[in-house]
Amino acid sequence: MSESGRARARADRELRLETIIEPQPDLGLVTMNGPNDPTPELTVRDGVVESMDGKRADEFDLIDIFVSLHGIDLEVAEGAMALPDLEIAHRLIDVGISREDLVRLSRGLTPAKLAHVVSLLDPVEMMFALKKLRARRRPANQAHVTNRKESPALLAADAAEAAARGFAEIETTVGVARYAPLNAIALLVGSQTGRPGALTQCAVEERRNLQLGMQGLTTYSETLSVYGTDAALVDGDDTPWSKAFLASAYASRGIKVRFTSGSGSEALMGHAEGCSMLHLEARCLSLIRAAGSQGVQNGGISTVALPLALPGGSKSILAENLMAAWLGLEVASGNDAIASHSPIRKTAKLMGQFLPGTDFVTSGYSAVPRYDNMFGGGNYDSDDFDEWTTIQRDWQVDAGIEPLSEEAALTVRQRAATAIQSVFRHLGLPAITDQEVADAVLAYDSADMPDRDRAADVEAADLVYAENVTGIDVVRALQAAGHTDIAEAVLGMQRLRVSGDYLQTSAIVGSDWQVESAVSDPNHYRGPGTGYRLEGERWERLQTLPHRLDPASFAAHRSPRADSSVGRAEALPGANHTEVVIGLGPAFAASLQATINGLSHGSVLKALDEGVRSIGGAPRFVRVRRTSDVAFIAHDASRLSGSGISIGIQSKGTAVIHRADLEPLDNLELFSMAPLLTLDSYRAIGRNAAAYALGLRTSPVPVEIDNFARAKNIVQTTLLHATETASVEVGAPAEEFEF
Amino acid sequence: MAEFDPAYDYPLSSNRPDLVRTPHGLRLDELTLDGLFHGSIPEGDFRATPATLRMQAGVARSVGMSQLGDNLDRAAEMAVIPDEVILEIYTALRPGRSSAQVLEEWAERLEEDYSATSVAALVREASVAYARRNLLK
Repeated sequence: MSESGRARARADRELRLETIIEPQPDLGLVTMNGPNDPTPELTVRDGVVESMDGKRADEFDLIDIFVSLHGIDLEVAEGAMALPDLEIAHRLIDVGISREDLVRLSRGLTPAKLAHVVSLLDPVEMMFALKKLRARRRPANQAHVTNRKESPALLAADAAEAAARGFAEIETTVGVARYAPLNAIALLVGSQTGRPGALTQCAVEERRNLQLGMQGLTTYSETLSVYGTDAALVDGDDTPWSKAFLASAYASRGIKVRFTSGSGSEALMGHAEGCSMLHLEARCLSLIRAAGSQGVQNGGISTVALPLALPGGSKSILAENLMAAWLGLEVASGNDAIASHSPIRKTAKLMGQFLPGTDFVTSGYSAVPRYDNMFGGGNYDSDDFDEWTTIQRDWQVDAGIEPLSEEAALTVRQRAATAIQSVFRHLGLPAITDQEVADAVLAYDSADMPDRDRAADVEAADLVYAENVTGIDVVRALQAAGHTDIAEAVLGMQRLRVSGDYLQTSAIVGSDWQVESAVSDPNHYRGPGTGYRLEGERWERLQTLPHRLDPASFAAHRSPRADSSVGRAEALPGANHTEVVIGLGPAFAASLQATINGLSHGSVLKALDEGVRSIGGAPRFVRVRRTSDVAFIAHDASRLSGSGISIGIQSKGTAVIHRADLEPLDNLELFSMAPLLTLDSYRAIGRNAAAYALGLRTSPVPVEIDNFARAKNIVQTTLLHATETASVEVGAPAEEFEF
Repeated sequence: MAEFDPAYDYPLSSNRPDLVRTPHGLRLDELTLDGLFHGSIPEGDFRATPATLRMQAGVARSVGMSQLGDNLDRAAEMAVIPDEVILEIYTALRPGRSSAQVLEEWAERLEEDYSATSVAALVREASVAYARRNLLK
């Protein structure tokens, strides 16, 4: 079969590197409302669950047993399960019904009921419900900081910059597992250099993970993965009870915990049991709440590309996040692993979480380049910071990342790299050289970093475990090296454990060590004018991007209006049949002196003059004062021209060739792409105008076309045109202009 | 000193620092760099006490998060259990690791050595469920 050039072009796009498939429900490859999903129901007798979602108690698997024992409030269930799905769905988007009431209602619903109800909402309804149900008032974000060389100086510098950019949590992991304690220390020191109170974790095997927390080297953990079927859970070497125990163990050491789930994982593991992804996720979330977790990271996570291969993928991922919020859980809403090769597609998906705002809009924004991301890539990375902050500015939405000047970034990177160098020295860890510190400040990625003796690093890392080096040892090292303020901050992180305040739902640590959580700062959104609104100082801060320009900086194009134009003679109609009248905008060579392309007005006039004369035309210059519109400038000029031919030109450089008998907005040739016009172009314009005046055949002047010119130049165009328009004198006649 | 009120006293560190102590009885404002330097803070004192964790459990329940409250109550019981024991019990609870008898022994030890009754109940509940799902050793 033949194929068009357009089909080939589409086939070559990044998007087409991805596979999309028809649903195959028996393998769990269906996003929501799968044909094998059970019908919601709950039978309770004498305070005991007799059947749930189509299974009798004697058929219950581990998840059913655990959820039936801990996950359902039987008092609420009686009324809640009797409500029609559609009625509950309406309540989710009813702005008059509070989050508290909806969370309470969720306590009486079975997993199948939860999934059925959310699947009745369309995407915009889901976003609205999510905005309403987010646990914490203010949305936040989490960063991933890793590098391939496991360079401690670079880790510390990157963690510091991430914290300074406003990330509330920062997560690292390892390439080589033995590095974990060193990476945890680098992250702790770096993060507290960037912003005291940023929570940190180092994701490694569960026992090691807990150990790092016990040593005070990390403050939170989200490694507790659960799955929606028994077989997948057991493959993950855990049960609901072992996970619940682990969650309490972390809490007993003052470590914040959130669980991890996400659609697609069961199908990928071959254990979906024929159920839809959303149904299995509802089971995960019911289990997670039953186990007493304050929150969850969900929404595809590392298997995000699997639901996206199926119809309704983005929608069902959003539905997962919504269900978690509805259950009263803190939600770190994915957007961490690469969702798509296509920037359009992955960002379209992102909007589901970005616009309503979640507790953590991503559960790991790669604050390092993709090359260094050890979590498998990173959906968005350090190269995308300006895009992210610009999209926040476009929508007036706080998605948890603050703009940071390069100067501030370099300062904080330098401090962090120097601090970790001192800490390594005082703890007797392998030295970090001055060269590593210097390189860590300016590096793009770890390829720019010197190699370290990795054998020595991992041996030292083993000793951090064996000798029980703690967060307090890090504090002492910082203090001994004179980094008192960073020592204070790391000490503050240790102190947080004593009060346990950040064990409550959605807790992050704000300025001055104030814990912001769903208890102290709940989301009370109840419609316009309520809830978290990006306004005031925070909005000022998020809109002040480092690369923004001050409109006044375009004053460089301007100069005081030349006095020479004052008192010039009124321009009168000419009689010369070879004449080309060149009408100038009111600010031309006066309060403006150059075109948008940077050509001086004098040189443009000279080029036009040369062009007209080159084939025997007679140029005459006039200034049109009554209008700044190029068509009317040209039209006025044409009526003064002995040949009827004119050129109109604005100060920014836009030009047109006109003839007196044409309607004002009609033309012989229009040159609207002023940023692309050169002196040769103006010479050719002059020549062609002369050709029309002399009645010679001529081809239109070739013009360059750049379809991005408008997007690139519209601000400058507007500012230059505003100056031109300010020079307009209403009703004033055109005047002679001597060149 | 006013009684603890879970509905109003959170965050404890800012609203009721008077109620918060380290395991060795230090106040939050005694946990300073100076204190560290002068050795007035015992090793391992940067920990929540069982009493503090129980207050946090009360806070969680006061906002309707009863399971989080249960979790924090278990955490309160576990706060005094040594790290190695915690890691051993965790391993014992993983699928296929323990017989019913081993889990029962852990439950008894939790009750007798640490008065950890709710953790013990969780272990016993696991044992019953594992028996039903063939996950006992």
